[in-house]
Amino acid sequence: MGMTMVEKILARHAGLESVVPGQYVWAKVDETNAMFDTFEDIEKLGVKEVFDRRKVYCVSDHSAPPANISTAETVKELREYVKKYHIANWYEYGRHGIVHQVNPEKGFVRPGELIAMIDSHSTTYGAFNAASCAIYMDAVYLLINGELWFKVPETVQFNVTGRLPAWCMGKDIILRIAGDYGTEAALYKAAEFTGPVIRNLSLAGRWTICNMAAEIGCKFAIMEADEKVYDFLKGRTDLPFTPVSPDPDARYAQIYQVDVTNMSPQVACPHDPSNVKPVEECRGIPFHQAVIGSCTNGRVEDFEMACRILRGRTVHPDVRLLAIPASMEVWRDCMRAGYFDILTEAGALVCHPTCGPCAGQHLGVLASGERCVSTTNRNFQGRMGSPHSEVYLASPATVAASAVAGMIADPRDFLEV
Amino acid sequence: MRQAIVEGKVWKFGDNISTDLMMPGFGAMSSPDMDLREAAKFCMRANRPDWAEQVSPGDIIIAGRNFGCGSSRPAAKLLKALGIQLVVTESAARIFFRNSINLGMAVITCPGVRDAFAEGEHIRVNMETGEIRGVESGQILWGEALPPDSPPAQILRAGGLIPILEKRLRKTE
Repeated sequence: MGMTMVEKILARHAGLESVVPGQYVWAKVDETNAMFDTFEDIEKLGVKEVFDRRKVYCVSDHSAPPANISTAETVKELREYVKKYHIANWYEYGRHGIVHQVNPEKGFVRPGELIAMIDSHSTTYGAFNAASCAIYMDAVYLLINGELWFKVPETVQFNVTGRLPAWCMGKDIILRIAGDYGTEAALYKAAEFTGPVIRNLSLAGRWTICNMAAEIGCKFAIMEADEKVYDFLKGRTDLPFTPVSPDPDARYAQIYQVDVTNMSPQVACPHDPSNVKPVEECRGIPFHQAVIGSCTNGRVEDFEMACRILRGRTVHPDVRLLAIPASMEVWRDCMRAGYFDILTEAGALVCHPTCGPCAGQHLGVLASGERCVSTTNRNFQGRMGSPHSEVYLASPATVAASAVAGMIADPRDFLEV
Repeated sequence: MRQAIVEGKVWKFGDNISTDLMMPGFGAMSSPDMDLREAAKFCMRANRPDWAEQVSPGDIIIAGRNFGCGSSRPAAKLLKALGIQLVVTESAARIFFRNSINLGMAVITCPGVRDAFAEGEHIRVNMETGEIRGVESGQILWGEALPPDSPPAQILRAGGLIPILEKRLRKTE
């Protein structure tokens, strides 16, 4: 019987010929990360060495650099543990980024790999044809033993077809899927994204989709590898890898046909990422803060798109726009491309890489009664600050257009003249 | 969760209760070294401000769909610190499910459970068979029991992931 991509990767890493959904397997994990409390736990257990110091990546990103003493203490601890356990990959502030951006840049991921790491958006690496899932407590076991148990998930496929309209981005595709099929569309399942629109999409757009696929509940999100992936990896990794493709007779729990022709830019309204409406229905909603950044939309392409709208325009006087590149590599590329000139001339605040406001930690936390239009991934109640604040999720194009208008706006009204 | 049968008073929650609600960025997350019992006071503050003060050890949560969705933050630690011994849901988010099992706090999925029991009722749950019985009502529902030889069932029986690791590491010494 044929296998899906995730089934093939799990079988390969479990040392089995094949696996079927529902089966429990123990599988070797290729890469992982660790937080200060993971190290605390393994130290308490008396463990002297991690399973493979080269396969562990550490970065402090949620509140980078620390906004208070409590966080500063844990980052200090993390640095000490990185030294104590001889972890090979540590990214100090200034050379850092949000984990799901900086890791691929540093050669963390290759097609066909199995990854498990702390952070719910660890599905991101599926854009590189890896089966990657989020963990937290399991990290203790993984860091010691280099393997974890997995229940082989069923796979659902999203076949994205049609013609993606101008000003629509990867973000609009995944918001549309969340809106149409809900936050449980892929609950405890693997989600495979395929079809001509995915093949034509930029790597950055795919990166966004696999990242935010966490919001439709999935355990893994995965796409096939192609030249766009191989080009990115060139010079970043010299380790061999074996990509996977689904068998023609692979079995899917469900196949969703997503035709994006004539799709409007999409907006997720409070307090649920699946409360999605076309931008026309949100037009005119006033707000206070706009954010372009996060592991979902903090890449060069995202700022390029924002700058196409902001060039020669200004941010509305009643609004502040925060631009937060997701890594120092992105930050430097944006600087060299001249995007910081466009952003700052428009009146935006250009920040350094951090999860920051997305996780309600620092650098743009919302006050009560405030509303934010953001390229981030979650709009749960209280996510970005006060429990009495609101978050609308949209693409960088929609957020940039809204920042100029001072209210939620349709980027199609800002077509370049 | 070493014992097979647990009983407790029910608290009810709706759909899509996120880990942001359980462990808010504005409170518990902003001070990562905060004492667990202090952090637990922030649990559900945005959606149910008085709840954390009212929970008693041994209580059970019955919730709607996708319980524990969102961030991988170890929110189950706070529920456990409040004394919650079991969560029964229409459906559970995967990372929350795994974190809970690893902490030794069981999560059972049982479609229909939300409408079957009222807040304040008591339920008795057999972890091995999945039987969920209303103590006052006598009503019986069947949740999804974990296969007894599956890794998550073994972890639960051991009381969590750390006890399993302690045992294994002692053996190899």
